[in-house]
Amino acid sequence: MKIIVAVKQVPERDAPVRIASSRQWIEESDLQFAMNESDAYALEEALQLKEKVGGEVVVISAGPERVATTIREALAKGADRAIHVECDDIGKRDALGVARLLAEAIRPENPDLVLTGLQSDDLGYGQTGVVMAELLSLPHASLILHVEKTDVGISVKRELEEGWFQKIELPTPAVLMIQSGGTRLRYATLMGIKRAKTKELRKVNAADLGIESAPVAVLENISLPHKQRSTQILQGTAKEAAATLVEKLKFEVRVI
Amino acid sequence: MSGVFVVLEDRDGRMGRTSWEAVAAAVALARQTGTMANAIVLGAQTGQLASEASKRVSGKIVRVEHPLLSRYTADGFSLALEQFIRAESPGYLVFPHTYQVRDYVPALAARFARVLIGDVIGIEDGPVFTRQLMQGRLSGSYRPAGAGPCFVSVQSGAFRAEATESSSAEISTFGPTIEPSQIRAKPGEPFRESAQTVDLGSAQMIVAVGRGIKEAENLPMIQDLASALGAEIAASRPICDNGWLPIERQVGSSGQTVAPKLYLAVGISGAIQHLVGMKGSQCIVAINKDPEAPIFEVADYGIVGDLFEVVPALTEAVKSTRH
Repeated sequence: MKIIVAVKQVPERDAPVRIASSRQWIEESDLQFAMNESDAYALEEALQLKEKVGGEVVVISAGPERVATTIREALAKGADRAIHVECDDIGKRDALGVARLLAEAIRPENPDLVLTGLQSDDLGYGQTGVVMAELLSLPHASLILHVEKTDVGISVKRELEEGWFQKIELPTPAVLMIQSGGTRLRYATLMGIKRAKTKELRKVNAADLGIESAPVAVLENISLPHKQRSTQILQGTAKEAAATLVEKLKFEVRVI
Repeated sequence: MSGVFVVLEDRDGRMGRTSWEAVAAAVALARQTGTMANAIVLGAQTGQLASEASKRVSGKIVRVEHPLLSRYTADGFSLALEQFIRAESPGYLVFPHTYQVRDYVPALAARFARVLIGDVIGIEDGPVFTRQLMQGRLSGSYRPAGAGPCFVSVQSGAFRAEATESSSAEISTFGPTIEPSQIRAKPGEPFRESAQTVDLGSAQMIVAVGRGIKEAENLPMIQDLASALGAEIAASRPICDNGWLPIERQVGSSGQTVAPKLYLAVGISGAIQHLVGMKGSQCIVAINKDPEAPIFEVADYGIVGDLFEVVPALTEAVKSTRH
């Protein structure tokens, strides 16, 4: 089975983010980046599937030069080779623009499966995979926790709301959006890191793919969120703050 | 291109709260263009849903009906709405931001070279749509560009569902053409992993724990606080994914939606998926070491500090006040 996994590099969880002076993106200097969480689960699902049924795992990522570190991480964890779609204005493109880039780079590979995470932790559009499926004319399913190969295609476990799940049968090739938490993530081994350096990393220039980059939903302005409630921060040592909170819960909220 | 249509979602034969919230957003959008909001119900038999919708929507109601729409499939729903959009050329399509919408609307929008402006929390003049970025740490304003219908989904709880009484809605039917071979996925029956034994929805007080707890071994500290308060214990997604607490205690878009008198969030940063499940709580208290954590945006009281110091101190303080 030939599986392509599309991953995105995003600012590290809990990294302090500052709005850039353009107010259209965030300040990237001094920012640490990491593989988007649900994409890491998509990679893990692909590697486990390959271990069971054989085949190849190809990782693809679109973005500027820094993205190469995330690609190397995927190779170190066990992906066989990689495609880097070089693109310096990735944050300015909307989901359609990014999905077009990835779909065009994936098309000549003719994969059996394309996996990607459910949603990015930075812009959170949550639709790159679904749009890629549409552009590649392939069936898709999102919020997938587990994938199994069947005689006619694949069977996937899909998360529904409020603790419900369902199984879906799909023919292949297909595109799946993987939800976080369905399995355990592996760490790269020292051997894996060493091997990653010798694996193929092919670069494709976004301009060569001939894709329209103008967004149809323009991110005009980034701001700090409006507070939904006025928060009273309780000061002092842990003990003092705890005592104040108990007073509030007793006399103002009246729950104890 | 004209008209605002809200696409309502069938939840076991009834409309869910999030569909009525989407109606409120559609009304706000229609007001900008001086029109009335219209509604679409989708399925194999939509009579019941259409009459339910006619009580809340003052514009037209369209029943998009086909036997192959009896169960949700991305292919069936996309095809049906694609044909409706090509026939009627609506200006705006508004959806509740549900798992189902996330699964097919981006593909539908792509057929018109559009995107879904998803998980919207506000609509300003223009229209300009506000949605959250960086897991709720920042807000972004989006303006649709170019020609074609505009697809928008609204976050649960962001718009207030209003009970408007209207009986003038004109109901019509639209019959799409769908062949069985066009539906490529075979969906199975919904199931649960285990019997639901905890009803967090009826709890008066909830102590919820998140990634900040670090290890499963630290959970008894949270349990002590919950029992001192007489509260139910709940968790954000990563805790349940790790198997530290059962999934039935998960609060958020993939778990339960709760609105207790007191929601005490310990070591929870407040990702959007968690907030949508608890922000309707009467009083929210957050304990977190990061003063910029989004949980503080919705909290009434906050303690910025190390939960490993604050929680034991709080348990002691609760116990002594109860004696």
